[in-house]
Amino acid sequence: MSPFGMNAVRLRQLLGKEFRQMLRDPRAKPLLFLAPIFQLLVFGYAVTTDVRNTRTFVVDRDRSADSRQLIAALTASGYFRVTGAGERPAELTRALDHGDALLGIEIPRGFSADLAGGRQTSVQLLVDGSTANTANVALGYATRIISRYGLTQGAAAAARAGAGLPAVGVDLRARAWYNPNLESRVYNVPGVIGLIVMLMSLMLTALAVVREREAGTLEQLMVSPLKPLELIAGKTLPAVLVAFMDLILVSAVALLWFGIPFRGSALVLITSSVLYILTGLGVGLLISTISKTQQEAFLSLFLFLFPAMILSGLLFPVENMPPAIQYFTLLDPIRHYLVIVRGIFLRGAGWSILYPQILTLLVMGVGVLTFAATRFRKTIA
Amino acid sequence: MTRSLDLSARRLLAMARKETLQLKRDYRSLITAFVYPALMIVFFGYVITFDIRDINLAVYDQDGSQRSRELIQAFQAAGYFRVTQRLDRYQDIQPLLDRGAVRLALVIPPGFQRDLSAGRPAAVQALVDGADANTAAIALNYAGGIVTAYSARVLLRASQGSVPVVAQARVWYNETLKSSNMVVPGLIAVIMMVIAAMLTALTVAREWDRGTMEQLAATPVHRVEVILGKLLPYLVIGLIDVIAAVAIGLLLFQVPFRGNPVLLVGLAALFLVGSLGMGIFISAATKTQLLATQVSLLATYIPSLLLSGLIFDLASMPFALRVISLVVPARYFVVVVRGIFLKGVGPEVLWIQGLAMIAFAAIGLTLAVRAFRKEIA
Repeated sequence: MSPFGMNAVRLRQLLGKEFRQMLRDPRAKPLLFLAPIFQLLVFGYAVTTDVRNTRTFVVDRDRSADSRQLIAALTASGYFRVTGAGERPAELTRALDHGDALLGIEIPRGFSADLAGGRQTSVQLLVDGSTANTANVALGYATRIISRYGLTQGAAAAARAGAGLPAVGVDLRARAWYNPNLESRVYNVPGVIGLIVMLMSLMLTALAVVREREAGTLEQLMVSPLKPLELIAGKTLPAVLVAFMDLILVSAVALLWFGIPFRGSALVLITSSVLYILTGLGVGLLISTISKTQQEAFLSLFLFLFPAMILSGLLFPVENMPPAIQYFTLLDPIRHYLVIVRGIFLRGAGWSILYPQILTLLVMGVGVLTFAATRFRKTIA
Repeated sequence: MTRSLDLSARRLLAMARKETLQLKRDYRSLITAFVYPALMIVFFGYVITFDIRDINLAVYDQDGSQRSRELIQAFQAAGYFRVTQRLDRYQDIQPLLDRGAVRLALVIPPGFQRDLSAGRPAAVQALVDGADANTAAIALNYAGGIVTAYSARVLLRASQGSVPVVAQARVWYNETLKSSNMVVPGLIAVIMMVIAAMLTALTVAREWDRGTMEQLAATPVHRVEVILGKLLPYLVIGLIDVIAAVAIGLLLFQVPFRGNPVLLVGLAALFLVGSLGMGIFISAATKTQLLATQVSLLATYIPSLLLSGLIFDLASMPFALRVISLVVPARYFVVVVRGIFLKGVGPEVLWIQGLAMIAFAAIGLTLAVRAFRKEIA
């Protein structure tokens, strides 16, 4: 006898049947193993918040060596790409209205003369705020580049004139940890892994159980000598295995294809992933108890997964959400798992840092699975 | 089945009436049609935000001078940072970043005040948690701005002169750079697409699943009449949803509306016809409700969310994804909605998107009619 009064022979037979059923369908293998990789690639490339090559329209009314140098400083940074130039501000307005440019720069006449004469001069920046995030970041880059240019030019001019203007005041030297080039992909790809693993564990359990119910074979299983717990174990263990293989598969793609660093311990990742997958199975099992048809199960799954994804911090940082919603996100298993995967991949975090999240997943996994199993036993009893 | 296009308004309306009756009895569809879109706009409008405030900051002030305190004061006064930790050792920084307790650490070296007073350049160090690249870039920009402003103040004091170049920034269309102004109008496009496709995905598949397709085949109704009759009630629902969504955006999120409402409703109607047509096409092609639901969700949700420019900048994506995004209808409608809401532009700018909407509606309808076969195999 195995634990919980399960019979090893019966369990093994049921597992054999489940695996045969899962892999018999010719559509199954691509769905189980290729779809996750495809999802990782699409999300990995599409979910980008990098601001590079911002389309920029230039109105240079000075046409001097200095004004050209300023524009060169902007484009050399890689953040801006000049896509249009004109003489009049009206052309700038048109480019912004049409969406041909996100940023407009207007350098006034006399820019060079003012610089040489030590007088203050100003550069106009116009930004399309309808893409708020890009606008905000691009504006910050542009302002910093222009100020730095101004300070070095001003100091040089003052030195030439023999005036006592001191050299550049305070310089901010920035260093980014964990992700030195500040690439958003490095942060997002580990998060997508979490989403994919949850999707697989949910789908595999919910649809597998409901399919038997729809086909009427669940009743056959019930009149067999199988105990309810054996039935649950037989339905969930294959899902655990497949979800786990998917985790390894997409992690490999993340490391080898996207070049995401892996700085933490594999053991911590494996332990927390098992807990996470168990939570997913629990939710899947719960969905199966409230759905009569596969279509209902699929819709319920979607109704759970979509808000869970939005609240997880995968696409939008949790810290920016309103406080009430931030508390609400604590119920979301994906949110906790994302802290773990990102911590392990990027920061090399271990038990001492991640224990709150791992414990939360343990409580969630055991809690949801127990609740789901109890309900499941009632629905088939 | 007759080939001649001999349409009757009476038969078409009868079909629309049947569909409406069926819809009225199906509470799940009614919730999807009316409650779900409103909920999604409210929910997403609050949740999807890139507005960054109260960045936790650790300060390691090695100088402990009046000038260094001034600089820290400038960080606090700017409103973006909250000094949560004051450190005495450099080694204390890493654990704080590791735990995510602070996002940014500011290190002011010894001799900061001495250098500044002597007219020598001084440097301060910013250590940023770069894991979340976007937030890190914004935090660094804020920090850079504060340090530059402080630097200018020091320069002014020393020379009685002026700051050489000032960047005067003006933001158009969304002056406060509020995320909800960007997200809420765009969401209308995505939600309309998904709801339209989801609602109609079931209409034909349901007839197959329930066996009522044979009854429909026995009636003299033409397939164009079937498609238009099925489409009409959903078009009305979709337009009600658009108007409700606009009202939520204006009243709840105070999104400005600067353009022409008639143009918006007209283009929205075209967009809806296209989306509904696509839903009917998927429904007729898959023939089962399960498959129809899955395909329509995959075909509408993921592309509309990721490749429409709603949230993620298309210009930063790889070439292949940019090409794919050209056939995502929501991409064009997002431009329309944002253009009319925020920019207040009209047909002189939006004519390209208008053509895309017309093409989408025509393709959607054609696909739907062609895929719909009345004959029972």
